[in-house]
Amino acid sequence: MSAKSLFSAPARRMAIAPYVWMVLFFLLPFGFVVKISLSQTVLAQPPYLPVFDLSGGMAGLRDAFAALSLDNFRALLADHLYVASYLRSVVVAFTSTVLLLVVGYPIAYGMARLPRRWQGVAMMLVIVPFWTSFLIRIYAWMNILQHDGLLNQVLLALHVVSAPVVWLSTDSAMYLGIVYSYLPFMILPLYATLAKLDPMLLEAAADLGVSRANAFWMVTVPLSWRGMFAGALLCFIPIVGEFVIPDLLAGSDAMMIGQTLWLEFFTNKDWPLASALAVVLLGLLLVPLLVYDRVQRRQLEHR
Amino acid sequence: MTNSADTIDKAAAEDTVVVAYPAPLLRIDTVTRRFGAHIAVDGLSLDIQAGEFFALLGPSGCGKTTLLRMLAGFETPDEGRIALNGEDIAAVPPHRRPVNMMFQNYALFPHLNVRDNIGFGLKTAGLTRAGIDERVAEMVALVKLDGLEKRKPDQLSGGQRQRVALARALARHPQLLLLDEPLAALDKKLREETQAELMALQRQLGLTFVIVTHDQDEAMSMADRIGVMKDGRLQQVATPRRLYEAPASRWVAEFVGDINMIEGDIRVRDAHRLTIEGRGVGTLFAVEPREAVSGDEVCLAIRPEKIRLSRRGLAPGLNHSGGMNSVEGVVSDVGYLGGRSIYRLKLDYGGMLRVALANTARLDVDSYGIDERVTAWFTPDDCVVLPR
Repeated sequence: MSAKSLFSAPARRMAIAPYVWMVLFFLLPFGFVVKISLSQTVLAQPPYLPVFDLSGGMAGLRDAFAALSLDNFRALLADHLYVASYLRSVVVAFTSTVLLLVVGYPIAYGMARLPRRWQGVAMMLVIVPFWTSFLIRIYAWMNILQHDGLLNQVLLALHVVSAPVVWLSTDSAMYLGIVYSYLPFMILPLYATLAKLDPMLLEAAADLGVSRANAFWMVTVPLSWRGMFAGALLCFIPIVGEFVIPDLLAGSDAMMIGQTLWLEFFTNKDWPLASALAVVLLGLLLVPLLVYDRVQRRQLEHR
Repeated sequence: MTNSADTIDKAAAEDTVVVAYPAPLLRIDTVTRRFGAHIAVDGLSLDIQAGEFFALLGPSGCGKTTLLRMLAGFETPDEGRIALNGEDIAAVPPHRRPVNMMFQNYALFPHLNVRDNIGFGLKTAGLTRAGIDERVAEMVALVKLDGLEKRKPDQLSGGQRQRVALARALARHPQLLLLDEPLAALDKKLREETQAELMALQRQLGLTFVIVTHDQDEAMSMADRIGVMKDGRLQQVATPRRLYEAPASRWVAEFVGDINMIEGDIRVRDAHRLTIEGRGVGTLFAVEPREAVSGDEVCLAIRPEKIRLSRRGLAPGLNHSGGMNSVEGVVSDVGYLGGRSIYRLKLDYGGMLRVALANTARLDVDSYGIDERVTAWFTPDDCVVLPR
């Protein structure tokens, strides 16, 4: 049956809504960003040139187009600071995603094995921290991790350490903050796939002589692959662009791309270079998305 | 098997296992399994011989699946013991039992192809890579799945999936194969073909099959013996024929097949013949059952296909006074089922009687119309007398 006969005319017209949204709030603004990334920085309002001005007529527009250049992108490649930021972002995002998988999988697995009426409660417990402002939660972590914070007090009281440990402004603190903040995004898709897993399959594995531990690796893990992939993607992409957590919890010696972007944009007032950074970042993030799309399409073809 | 009524009513050696040697392959000894206050299996005992095709038949919730799951090891009995080859297996986890199960919805691994599904349990069975390949090829040939080895379960038809499940369960050469409603997901035509194939396979491999089903035709056509379960207890264990022709209780008689159940009182007890006053039916004769019924309040059970109809009254000597059961009535309803028709008679004494007649001729020379007066007759041998 075609979509034409399945949906009424108003419903069909509504189907273009997401496209309108995409054009208005993503493609159009992104077009501006691309344009600014091709401009040159100046001390003016707005702080870049050329400016498209219709009052100059066709000739003025032609001159403005001629003034666009790829200089900012060349600058990105030339300065190792930017390459290092990208690299650090990808490394931090990758490490965090692996940590999130390691921490999130057992939690999601445990949730899926709970009696059905407790699963809703567990889900609430995962989501509830979101009701508090993200910033407040990160500040709370700063409080816990600081020199005379709760963590050091406890460690000292238990005689685990003899002097306060430096937690704040380290990569460990940053990873802790990231894992803490993104855990629900890892748990929920994992839980969704694990809850759908037919327990009969594990019985079948046991019946065929496979122990519980082996059945986990031979049945549960391969069948939750999609959830793992979705969760990883949901975490990896925003972590690459993460700004607040590394800024507040990590040290200042190495920067992630979000921090570099912020620096160029607000401190250096170099909008064109900041825009070029953002365009390249988006290009980088398209890679995992395309991979995900490929994987999903291949699975659909198998049906 | 002999066909005389004698065998059916008197000899029972084929039902009860009395011999000490050979020991049964499987001995279920007063096994009980409770779920909270609900008793799923209640002090059940059963012996199953090696090479037997045994069916557990019962309505849903009767405990048959729980019993099967205890044999597979997914449930543990609260009381009693289960012995396989004389060894108690109650505490043996499922993955250590020489028992395999074919699951109701097959439980095929969706991420593995046919070949890997069948070979799933072979690595742990201690086979080498070459040994696994050989065994899988053997199983694929056995269930006729050649050419489909690379397909995933969702690229197979229902019948093909059923074969994969069977091959997977057989691949480890189990001593006992458990089948949980193995044919329930197939359509009728395919089900009948598969029944025949399962029986042939079981005979060819000399395996012991225990099948759980709620479909009595399936149990009847395949099993050597059937155990009918209700409320966690076995009501009767017998060959399909004995189960049908000599049910042990009113419940079994009504559960298995269609039957007319006539309540009545014994008026006269002769040496071998009972004279019974049937409620709404009149005076009927029946043969005294093997185990005499205590009390005079009984049920007389007669299968619809054991009754014949006639337009005229019976000839003298064949009629009532001659010892034949005959009752008069009018046809109130006819149900045409193709191979046979079911006639509902309104008897002159007030009762109802269902009669099944084979439609032996294409043209309806034999059929009786609604409101037609008929005489229904049947022999005392065809009646089963049961306690009420």
